[in-house]
Amino acid sequence: MPKTAFEPSIKSRPIYGTLEPRPGKSHLMIADAEGAEAILDLAKSTPKGMFDHTHIIYIPKKTGETFTGRLRELNPAQCYVGPSYEAALPRLRRVLNDAHMGLQVYLSGSEGLMGQAMLEATNAGIPHSAIQTEHRGSTARRMQCVHCKGITEDVTTDPFQCAHCGLHLFVRDHYSRRIAAFQGVRVDAEEPGNVPEPVERFK
Amino acid sequence: MSAGTDKIAVTVTNVVPVNELVTRFRFARTDGGLMPTFSGGAHTVVEMKDGATMRLNPYSLMSDPADRTAYTISVRRDDQGRGGSLFMHRNVKPGLEMVISNPVNLFPLDLRAKKHLMIAGGIGITPFIAQIKQLAASNGNFELHYSVRTASLASYADELSTAHPTRVHIYHDDKKQVIDLENLLDGQPLGTHLYVCGPKGMIKWVRGTAEGLGWPREAVHDEEFLAPPSGKPFEVKLAVSNKVIQVGEHQSLLEAIEAAGVDAPYLCRGGACGQCETDVIGYDGKFLHNDHWLTEEQHASGKKIMPCVSRFEGKTLVLDR
Ligand code: FES
Repeated sequence: MPKTAFEPSIKSRPIYGTLEPRPGKSHLMIADAEGAEAILDLAKSTPKGMFDHTHIIYIPKKTGETFTGRLRELNPAQCYVGPSYEAALPRLRRVLNDAHMGLQVYLSGSEGLMGQAMLEATNAGIPHSAIQTEHRGSTARRMQCVHCKGITEDVTTDPFQCAHCGLHLFVRDHYSRRIAAFQGVRVDAEEPGNVPEPVERFK
Repeated sequence: MSAGTDKIAVTVTNVVPVNELVTRFRFARTDGGLMPTFSGGAHTVVEMKDGATMRLNPYSLMSDPADRTAYTISVRRDDQGRGGSLFMHRNVKPGLEMVISNPVNLFPLDLRAKKHLMIAGGIGITPFIAQIKQLAASNGNFELHYSVRTASLASYADELSTAHPTRVHIYHDDKKQVIDLENLLDGQPLGTHLYVCGPKGMIKWVRGTAEGLGWPREAVHDEEFLAPPSGKPFEVKLAVSNKVIQVGEHQSLLEAIEAAGVDAPYLCRGGACGQCETDVIGYDGKFLHNDHWLTEEQHASGKKIMPCVSRFEGKTLVLDR
């Protein structure tokens, strides 16, 4: 699947690139679902032996077994396949905690995954501009309700209903790096109950 | 108009020879007041009135940033240079009144770093002395690797080693001790920032090695003060102020502009900050670019010059100043 083209937007909206191999003694690749394809594409141009020093953390989500076999065939030093980002988080934190300067971080897949992993990596001390990202697959958004602060994952419609407080929220492009989520703002604040029909904006 | 470079009238309160080549100077305000605060890595520009010539040289502040009673700098004597350091060594005595600029920091610590790894060569130690005082006061995590020619020329090595025995490492050239850079960089925890100040070759070596090992550019900081090189005298026309000026052999273009009473911006006076960038209106001759601010294309374009360190050889040069 080709890379996703996003419409031009406001400044806080993250932009994504194309993963490319960078020099470094160790490499950490984190992907979900179709993000695996970005790693497989990257592997076509990696210098010999790079995967001997690569740790892959992969969350297949709906893609199931589609890519796991091919990722394992890259023979990375370590390959973890897990059921969810939350389940992978302790491992990710340990890897970052033990890592040294020169570690290269590659993120691919959904915005929610990349945003959250980016947050962990920058908290560990890697400048965000040094972390590579490539968007693949779903454009569903990780949203924070500005009213109750609750996070709703994988939002595909606009407006949508907050999974925590039940308000109907309008999907903004405003993105917070600190919480790795877009902001949702009450759509019927002026006229309670006047909620437009949800439109599927993200897939 | 020189942004951020307000002047301070000071009196020299102390002149201390540190070793054969380096002398330390202490400046207090002539009016008895407090100095402006600064952060480790900042420099001041010292005005030297040497007869009819006026030189302005930048020096890193090495005193404790928390001490507002005075600033101290260390000057290495350069017998081949344009005479600024010789003037400091020969003519500056306690009691002399001088003018220095407000501090400007082009080499600050990134305080988000989890660890500060510092690499110094020779007199490049001075900004680190202030930074270490600043970090020590806040329990910061740092490590200094300091390369010197000989033990007798190792300015401040003893003081630093005594104050921070586990954090300071000294390497003597004459004993063939070399920083094992590759290993040193390889084992640093995530979130380390790297700082280097010293000769050009050292900065290139450290930057290149770090890049090859995958260090992010944003985590590597350097500072090199280029002394403006001497050269053949040349003539310049300043179009805006409608003046024709002569640049002397041991004078920089910036100094000549200032000597003509024309206000020109600057911060570092060392070809690094970009502040003095000047448009060229016309020329017939060749540029001697010495800065590390402009790109190679800009150098080749004949449209820009950094008058703090760069010169010109040829018939005519017209500047937008
Ligand atoms: S004054 Fe900084 S580059 Fe010239």
